[in-house]
Amino acid sequence: MIKKSLHLREDHLSKPQKQLEILSNGIFKDGSLPTFKHKISNGQDHPLRANKLEILQLNLGYMCNQVCEHCHVDAGPDRKEIMSKDTMLQCLDVIKKTGVHTLDLTGGAPEMNPNFRWFVEEASKLGIADFIVRSNLTIIKANKKYHDLPLFFKEHNIHVVSSMPHWTKGKTDKQRGDGVFQKSIEALQELNEIGYGMPGSSLKLDLVYNPSGAFLPGDQTALEIEFKRNLITDFQINFHNLFAITNLPISRFLDYLLVSDNYEDYMYTLVDAFNPAALANVMCTNTLSVSWDGWLYDCDFNQMLELKVNSKVKHINDFNEEVLWNRDIVISQHCYGCTAGAGSSCQGSVI
Amino acid sequence: MSKTYYNTEDLRKFKNITDWSEELGEKFFEYYGSVFKEGALTAREKSLIALAVSHVVKCPYCIDAYTKDGLQKGITKEEMMEAVHVGAAIESGATLVHGVQMMNKYEKLSM
Ligand code: SF4
Ligand code: SF4
Repeated sequence: MIKKSLHLREDHLSKPQKQLEILSNGIFKDGSLPTFKHKISNGQDHPLRANKLEILQLNLGYMCNQVCEHCHVDAGPDRKEIMSKDTMLQCLDVIKKTGVHTLDLTGGAPEMNPNFRWFVEEASKLGIADFIVRSNLTIIKANKKYHDLPLFFKEHNIHVVSSMPHWTKGKTDKQRGDGVFQKSIEALQELNEIGYGMPGSSLKLDLVYNPSGAFLPGDQTALEIEFKRNLITDFQINFHNLFAITNLPISRFLDYLLVSDNYEDYMYTLVDAFNPAALANVMCTNTLSVSWDGWLYDCDFNQMLELKVNSKVKHINDFNEEVLWNRDIVISQHCYGCTAGAGSSCQGSVI
Repeated sequence: MSKTYYNTEDLRKFKNITDWSEELGEKFFEYYGSVFKEGALTAREKSLIALAVSHVVKCPYCIDAYTKDGLQKGITKEEMMEAVHVGAAIESGATLVHGVQMMNKYEKLSM
């Protein structure tokens, strides 16, 4: 189990440029596998284009109470990148201007941003249909000041989306750290107690499943049935939907793939599983990701690779929906993670 | 030329058997695909059966493939190991039950 971020270890992989080099060299350079661009172009020039903006995803900072082995953000307690109140104000403006139907707060642990609660209060006044907070669950138990988060979420009708790699302790703790399973179970029980995730409840609680290793997620519906059966039987825990998300080969997951000698096999698996139907629904076509310092990206993965949007407007200072519309999405080989099998997005599979 | 009889990369090339006999190859893969679909048995149960049989037929490709398949389906390592023991128990039972033949023959030939 990694205890430190790549950043803290000053690992060369903490540099996005290095990751992009790895993703473009080797099997993709020597032609063993087609590049993503080649794969989607089908001989012609068919770039992936952004459509109408519907989902705004804000990364409130890379600080996290956990240091999960697979984290694509390279988050951890050492990360000091935190979105400022000024940038948050600009985000509120964008929400008002655009009428996005989904606001998705992520991190790190978004709750660790000192202005998190203020921002949620302000944003919840804007009448967004689906207001998501990606909460890692253990944060609720991490410190006294976070204990009332479930009630705070309820008060603002937040849609809680939380990670849970398995319904067993062993697998969960291996991926996310010792003790994470027990704390997550307790947090889920607390959320259930106030109505989150209960059958028929409007307080939405969904779980995210990422494989804990170099394999793809299985069928989302079948996994949801297994999770529900096991969590109910063992812990009387209810939740609404399970999102099965593929691990993209970047940051700490890329490091894991390389160190465990799984990188090439994993890339072959992703490319073999390429599904044109999933390509049609990749999330970057209707999402915009804003980093802690206000830069705009096609998705959170591109943010971590520092691949800014391909548009004249690159920062929230200059936000202009019209200019951003129809921009070419910036792609590289990590994109194969979104198009494998039933596809993958922050809302799970896409077909 | 590869230096060993089994190469992990060869599993990726399995589909190439169709190159030398399209009709039979395609029929096989279609059949294979249908067998593993959710039916009276769940895809999960089938995956565990396949894992047990992979061990009995001692196919390293199948073992790799169904270990990965099991992980994708959320099957735990305890479940996987129990499946392998089921295969091993049947296989050793099949050996041992022949002991009866040995005993029969022994008795027949002995005064
Ligand atoms: S909880 Fe999420 S952000 Fe934090 S380290 Fe784990 S995967 Fe990364
Ligand atoms: S990683 Fe996925 S969401 Fe991001 S740009 Fe590539 S295909 Fe789009």
